[in-house]
Amino acid sequence: MAKNMNLKLKVWRQKNKEDKGRFQIYDATNVSPDMSFLEMIDVVNEELIKKGEDPIAIDHDCREGICGSCGVYINGRPHGPLREITTCQLYMRHFHDGQTIVIEPWRAAAFPVIKDLIVDRSAFDRIIAAGGFISVNTGGAPDANAIPITKDDQEWSLDAAECIGCGACVAACKNASAMLFVSAKASHLVRLPQGKIERERRALAMVAQMEKEGFGSCTNTEACSAECPKGISMDAIAQLRREYFKANFKVRK
Amino acid sequence: MGWFIKFIDSSLGKKLVMALTGLFLALFLLEHLGGNLLLLINDGGEAFTTFSEVMASPYNIIIRVIEYGLFILMFYHAVNGVRLWFLNKRSRGQAYESYNPSANSTLFSRTMILSGSIIFIFLVIHLRTFFFPYRLGDAPGSMYEGVIEAFSDPVYSGFYLLALVLLAFHLIHGVQSAFQTLGLNHNKYTPFIKGFGIVFAVVICAGFASIPIYFLFRSMSGGM
Amino acid sequence: MKLESKVPAGGLSQKWTNHKFNLKLVNPANKRKYDVIVVGTGLAGASAAASLAELGYNVKIFCFQDSPRRAHSIAAQGGINASKNYPNDGDSTYRLFYDTIKGGDYRSREANVYRLAEVSNNIIDQCVAQGVPFAREYGGLLDNRSFGGAQVSRTFYARGETGQQLLLGAYSALMRQVGLKQVQMFTRREMLDVVLIDGKARGIVVRNLINGDVESYAADAVLLCTGGYGNVFYLSTNAKGSNGTAVWRAYKKGAFFGNPCFTQIHPTCIPVSGSYQSKLTLMSESLRNDGRIWVPKNPGDKRAPGQIPEEERDYFLERKYPSFGNLVPRDVASRNAKEMVDADKGVGSTGVAVYLDFNDAIKRLGRDKIEEKYGNLFEMYELITAEDPYHVPMRIYPASHYTMGGLWVDYNLMTTVPGLFALGECNFSDHGANRLGASALMQGLADGYFVIPYTLGGYLAEMKKEKVSTDHPAFKECEENIKQNVRKLLSVKGKRTVDDFHRELGNIMWNFVGMSRSENGLKTAVEKIRTLREEFWNDVYIPGSNEELNQSLEKAGRVADFLELGELMAEDALQRRESCGGHFREESQTEENEAKRDDENFAFVAAWEYKGQNVKPELHKEQLVFENVQPSQRSYK
Repeated sequence: MAKNMNLKLKVWRQKNKEDKGRFQIYDATNVSPDMSFLEMIDVVNEELIKKGEDPIAIDHDCREGICGSCGVYINGRPHGPLREITTCQLYMRHFHDGQTIVIEPWRAAAFPVIKDLIVDRSAFDRIIAAGGFISVNTGGAPDANAIPITKDDQEWSLDAAECIGCGACVAACKNASAMLFVSAKASHLVRLPQGKIERERRALAMVAQMEKEGFGSCTNTEACSAECPKGISMDAIAQLRREYFKANFKVRK
Repeated sequence: MGWFIKFIDSSLGKKLVMALTGLFLALFLLEHLGGNLLLLINDGGEAFTTFSEVMASPYNIIIRVIEYGLFILMFYHAVNGVRLWFLNKRSRGQAYESYNPSANSTLFSRTMILSGSIIFIFLVIHLRTFFFPYRLGDAPGSMYEGVIEAFSDPVYSGFYLLALVLLAFHLIHGVQSAFQTLGLNHNKYTPFIKGFGIVFAVVICAGFASIPIYFLFRSMSGGM
Repeated sequence: MKLESKVPAGGLSQKWTNHKFNLKLVNPANKRKYDVIVVGTGLAGASAAASLAELGYNVKIFCFQDSPRRAHSIAAQGGINASKNYPNDGDSTYRLFYDTIKGGDYRSREANVYRLAEVSNNIIDQCVAQGVPFAREYGGLLDNRSFGGAQVSRTFYARGETGQQLLLGAYSALMRQVGLKQVQMFTRREMLDVVLIDGKARGIVVRNLINGDVESYAADAVLLCTGGYGNVFYLSTNAKGSNGTAVWRAYKKGAFFGNPCFTQIHPTCIPVSGSYQSKLTLMSESLRNDGRIWVPKNPGDKRAPGQIPEEERDYFLERKYPSFGNLVPRDVASRNAKEMVDADKGVGSTGVAVYLDFNDAIKRLGRDKIEEKYGNLFEMYELITAEDPYHVPMRIYPASHYTMGGLWVDYNLMTTVPGLFALGECNFSDHGANRLGASALMQGLADGYFVIPYTLGGYLAEMKKEKVSTDHPAFKECEENIKQNVRKLLSVKGKRTVDDFHRELGNIMWNFVGMSRSENGLKTAVEKIRTLREEFWNDVYIPGSNEELNQSLEKAGRVADFLELGELMAEDALQRRESCGGHFREESQTEENEAKRDDENFAFVAAWEYKGQNVKPELHKEQLVFENVQPSQRSYK
């Protein structure tokens, strides 16, 4: 069994939106390699509380890699040093004794820091509200088998639909672009026959909202896809571009 | 028309403009290289001079139009690129303390503004050496003689080579990125496009580089 | 107060149809005059809010997370049941109804369960129309699989992410209404009280988790869709934020709590690795189709699994249940694992786990086949434990997973407080004493998409229309109580952290109110919980203030409620001196140590009424009438 470790944490602390914030160093002692990263933070926080200090605020919920709540920048990378996982799925065995870990919130103008490592990602919700849906009301749906969908299309759609909305793409991108997030939703829907009906409206509305929120534009560095915990492919972004270009020329106003 | 301007000035539109102008510029590079390689023929510059005279002829209307287009697009490509860079920088806000981008992206893709800027400076110098004096001005002698003179200067040739390496960097990302920007991404073909982009960049870079190297060595070995 | 289930008259298959016709309607032009509050944005909440907004009601929806898409429905892996009978294998509404009633060990209401089976097909249609990419066959039609030991293939799925896909479907429908301004979304708000005016639910009071503001919202009806309370065990497969606070505060305002002791323990979770453990991860129980569960025969055998020879292994499920073997129901598998661990036969460094071994299956089917079937689960296991299950047997142990109990509701999903409804996991209905696999998603969406749009209309059409404002003294009183409670929590300034108390409560619950319960154990639990609660209010330390984002304070409020809810669970388990479904009373077992139900004395829903702080709650009984199915004893021998 691997030995427990002592680590140094350099953590961003910021009281609230208005506070300027700064880094603070903490010791994480006797860290078991079988702890998850968030459990390590739990333990540090318990110690801080006992010392009468303010614990580190961090968003987290399901702790199994699907809710998309957790997400911090660890040693220069979103969700830490491994690929295709979220912060909660990162285990301390991937660090070594004596290491310093720099922990920062997502940095993007569109994701203002609320406290410490917690940022406001409501911009994502507003983008979905602008067009990330199929306009069907409850009731009236035809039989689920009325429109056959090829297995390929279904799988391809699901590849994009797996996005958990964590924001790692924005955090990783040097432009803080949200293209992977937006295109994942647009691609998920347009790859299905049900989603093709309002494809133009959707592409235009989602992109317009994305720009309004202040995200940067995509310059194809592919950092987003490389850091995406669900491995969403760049083909989603290409698809959104096609959708958007066609929509601009096709819609009547 | 309002919708069109809005479209090409949207974040996706701006990038589309970068891709289209970029691809056009890449095509021009190919044409330019073809002409320049004539310099390597050991005919005292005859073939090259003929070629440049045809290209420079005021009666060659198509080429004249393309030439104006080229200048406009080159300028647009540069200005648009700088604008994008500024806007994107603003989107980040506060910078990261610890930043390890090499883990998720290539150096080429992240440094387009840098490689582009140096290429732009190079272009200005390049035009001042060749295009303005020989095409617009009344420089004595032929362009062929101008080339020999310019490249016999090791400093000038060295800068030229540096710019070409950066041009290759710019193209390695630029070519494949242009296809992605046009929405052309496919599991099967994208690896080929990426490979093609690298080969294209290397060929362009090596092709152009061969000329200063050739003339530099020629001048150093004293031959004419 | 008498419990009225309001189950409509008529034959089982006609009840819902008749009821829909008999319910009064709200005129389309009048719907916009009604305000509805929905708390929680999981499958039930999002689907209800979207559907009601589509009808024209003004909806306000609240969640404690930063986005409605984070609700824990998102973590469901397996699938969603529906009686489409696409595979032509004999499924029907009646069969789904029958399986659900039987699976719930005859502790649910026939009419509710039948309605659930009846609308199950509409759910699939609705989800497909919304763009949920369910698995398909090459011919383009939907694929089904058999799940959790069902005899028919009725489970629709999207890889191992069905919950995520269904939630994103409901979320997109919800966000569409947000975009249309028919729904107002309030994130990072925690509901802390229901406001009653003239005996009716007329609003809620929430705490803004960013700045600590206490905010009031008024409405004509309040829908709680706040999920289960499995986190009372501290370690569970629930999300860290999942909590029982909303239902508990509703209970204290007069909503009866139904069958609080009915909880489901899932057998195939990744075991605890140390004291820092914060949650447990579930692995699909499909693993039991090919994995063999065993422990060493000799207590205290600490050898590595590979060094324990075949004859010194005890494949206890295969031994005890020759016909079902490793595929016995969740509760049986869980209880047996605990028995082994209690007998010092547990494995791994903590000794609190049993092996799930794929060695034979790999030999029989080849590694490729196993990888194709379970590859992602094996990867997940290795990611967490750093052990390769292709070579070393998995270690598994049961964990709290789902709570069948919840607020008591009538056929209209209304609690005993008029105007206060409960949907999804937070109500007690439909699953009885045990929930079948792939039925939770079905229930959440059935309630939200296809039940509440009708039954809420019926309530609103009959209620006297009177606008209330948040200036009403009832709101002010609730606000004051909440502020006082927060001040009280912050002023204790003791020595122990909130998590510390929560862990201790979890231990008590797991040991005495977990998989196996006894009279003595339960009494001990009640005592211990009371002591712990007292200690909590004297010794908890919460850093920081109210006027900021304070995660310790959020947790403290929830744990304070769990410390009361836990006691009610124990009380309920005490009074139910029978074994049924997930509730196993050691005093009530057959000679072969199987759960023994007592239909004569316990065929009822236990509905608890709050009587005041530290006063014993009053038990009401809703007798369960079985007109269509005949309760029978389970046997898995």
